Amino acid sequence: MTKTILAIDDSASIRQMVSFTLKSAGYEVLDAVDGQDGLDKAKSNNISLVLTDQNMPRMDGLTLIRTLRSLPQYKATPILMLTTESSDAMKQQGRAAGATGWLVKPFDPQKLLEVVKKVIG
Amino acid sequence: MSYDMSQFYQVFFAEAAEHLESMESLLLALDHESPDDEQLNAVFRAAHSIKGSAGTFGFGDMADLTHVLEGLLDKVRKGELALSDELVDACLEASDVLGAQLATHRDGAPANPAAAVVSSKRLAALAAGKPVPASKPAAVKDAVFAFVLDAPESSQPAVLEVLCAELGDFGTVSIEQEAASAKSPWRLRIAACRDAKGAGEVIAFVAHDVSLESAVSPVETSGGDAWGLFADALPESGGAADDSYGFFSSPDPASTPTADDTWGLFEEHVPAATQSADAADGSYGFFGELPPAVASASVPEPAAKRPAANGDTTIRVGVDKVDLIINQVGELVITHAMLQEIASVLDPIQFERLHSGLAQLERNSRDLQASVMSVRMVPISTVFNRFPRVVRDLSGKLGKQVELKMSGENTELDRGLIERIVDPLTHLVRNSLDHGVESPEARLAAGKSVSGTVTLKAYQHSGTVVIEVGDDGAGLNRERILAKARERGMSVSDSLSDAEVWNLIFEAGFSTADEVTDVSGRGVGMDVVKRNISALGGRIDIESMAGIGTRMTVRLPLTLAIVDGMSVAVGGESYIVPLGYVLESLQPEPGMIKRMAGTDILLQVRGEYLPVIVLHELFGIRNAETDFSRGIMVLLEDDGRRAALFVDGLLGQHQVVIKSLETNYRKVPGIAAATIMGDGRVAFILDALTLVSRASAGIQAAA
Repeated sequence: MTKTILAIDDSASIRQMVSFTLKSAGYEVLDAVDGQDGLDKAKSNNISLVLTDQNMPRMDGLTLIRTLRSLPQYKATPILMLTTESSDAMKQQGRAAGATGWLVKPFDPQKLLEVVKKVIG
Repeated sequence: MSYDMSQFYQVFFAEAAEHLESMESLLLALDHESPDDEQLNAVFRAAHSIKGSAGTFGFGDMADLTHVLEGLLDKVRKGELALSDELVDACLEASDVLGAQLATHRDGAPANPAAAVVSSKRLAALAAGKPVPASKPAAVKDAVFAFVLDAPESSQPAVLEVLCAELGDFGTVSIEQEAASAKSPWRLRIAACRDAKGAGEVIAFVAHDVSLESAVSPVETSGGDAWGLFADALPESGGAADDSYGFFSSPDPASTPTADDTWGLFEEHVPAATQSADAADGSYGFFGELPPAVASASVPEPAAKRPAANGDTTIRVGVDKVDLIINQVGELVITHAMLQEIASVLDPIQFERLHSGLAQLERNSRDLQASVMSVRMVPISTVFNRFPRVVRDLSGKLGKQVELKMSGENTELDRGLIERIVDPLTHLVRNSLDHGVESPEARLAAGKSVSGTVTLKAYQHSGTVVIEVGDDGAGLNRERILAKARERGMSVSDSLSDAEVWNLIFEAGFSTADEVTDVSGRGVGMDVVKRNISALGGRIDIESMAGIGTRMTVRLPLTLAIVDGMSVAVGGESYIVPLGYVLESLQPEPGMIKRMAGTDILLQVRGEYLPVIVLHELFGIRNAETDFSRGIMVLLEDDGRRAALFVDGLLGQHQVVIKSLETNYRKVPGIAAATIMGDGRVAFILDALTLVSRASAGIQAAA
């Protein structure tokens, strides 16, 4: 069954790149422009993996992750934070919010695919 | 497998340009005393966004500079650094450099790496909390600096060029002595240097052994040693490679791994993945158990109603696609006209359904046309938004205090006009700043407020967009303009009306500025402005009062590719009069026709005398009706001025599609455009505006 990935980033160019890369590898991709949009799309679709940026208007990444985790549908779904740094502080916050893992920006398509494959195959 | 990311570049370029624009607006809008948190966050996010995507798509120069900028902004939004003019200036400068870098990548403009270096160092120094130069009383003396450039020999010319440009803000820069070698001193003179300390600090960013060699007022000399301190105190004097980035990374000894920590998983993941631990190169990792479901108390219940307000429900569409659609709608209108023509001979009763169907079709295509035109409409704010910056920079340079007041930013105009109105408007604004608004001293002496006001106003008015650029300055000098005109060999009489005198400044090469300041007199004169506006089908009028101010009013047509017109016949040919200008039409009685001395004809209507435009004479049309009482007078009005157009007869009223005569043939005076009628023939659309204004001007002159 095709897996659907939800990519959330307020940058259109990043969304396009991620979408293109993942679709080429056979995944279905939905994208969202900020946390709120991401939440709405997650609720009305069956998502296998969430990739979310942190700094976004309306609802930031950490809040989105916490909110998703409170929904029965997304209690255990893999959620990866797209973050610009891999500091201990980020890791602490991410883990506390319920993220499954992280990927540091800027990343290249190759790395993105490698990580996604590891997580949902 | 390698990926071609260039397909995403266009989107990145557009996105980055938007972020830079919003960054600039926000920076200008910030209140230094009590900045709005949301605004600070927004500026930070814009820089952060650019950094992220620039890095992703390989534009390292932009990513690097935004990294430094972001760090500085982060400190400000966290309250660790206070806002100041200096800081905002530095950020605006960085934004300019980023814009230039973007232009290099997008348009192939020449690169200027030195500018990024200078900007980066400036931001870094500010972030490290160096004391901001306090504003000093203007030093009237020249300042001569001697210094040795830090940069390697090959970069020195570029660095010096940027340095001189930067120092231009302090006064006129000239090179006293060129360096004999890369390690020898340069000497620069800054004439009437307003802030020698500030200038010295700027030099110290890129040089060492900086010394100020000319006499300065005593207040300054105590700062003399500060030049040396600065240079030594700059972090990079240690020689570390790209240390300027080092300020901002979170001091996190624990997480400074030699391994690449670029991704990781918090939880051991099972599905399909081999049970790998963190990647060998450390580029990813797993955290461990997924934390228990977060207590619902800490999670805000998402609102049941979706806030529609902020939704990003827009799509990007290429302009060429929109233009294609507009063209197609135009064709639709022509096809309808053709069908209408064919159906006009059919009996209305027998073919009732056909006629009502055609009427419905006309309504449908009108609606479609309106919708499509609105797609191309863009608020004028996209043009107005650049002016706060222009006014700020320019008034600073000119030493004037100016407040910019804008209104009507939501007024929409066609996208095509927007792009072409920018330059003329910019020139007008710069003119107001340069020649209009007086210096603070002059204003005080005249009993005015120290700060002058420049106003930008836009609104729609009967089928046109009106843009006003005004100032409360000294007004145009009638005598100077007349004198200059005579100087240039024009024969002007003293009895010219004020309006006619103001119009003289539209003559080519006209400038009454004592020295052509680089600001607005760069050979781009008012004549070019007028030409540009006329090319858009618009016009510009000037009002001015000595001591009170000046106002330039630009009127542009709302570019409608489709317009309602009235067909008129003249000598077997048909012409279209845009319906917007038509008041009424009537068959004149002989008593209504009056002849003036010379050849002017007047039409008397209800006590008013209207000049008559005799079209067949104007255009040399043969076989036209010459007896006024046997033709029709179409009364036209534009902005209060009225005239009567004499034609053989009326043919009807319908929508016509505007086709440019200029691009298909050439510009013809009196004709605005052409169109294709229902029967396939070409008809001309009259330039009613020009016809009316010429006719009424002629009457005034004769009076």
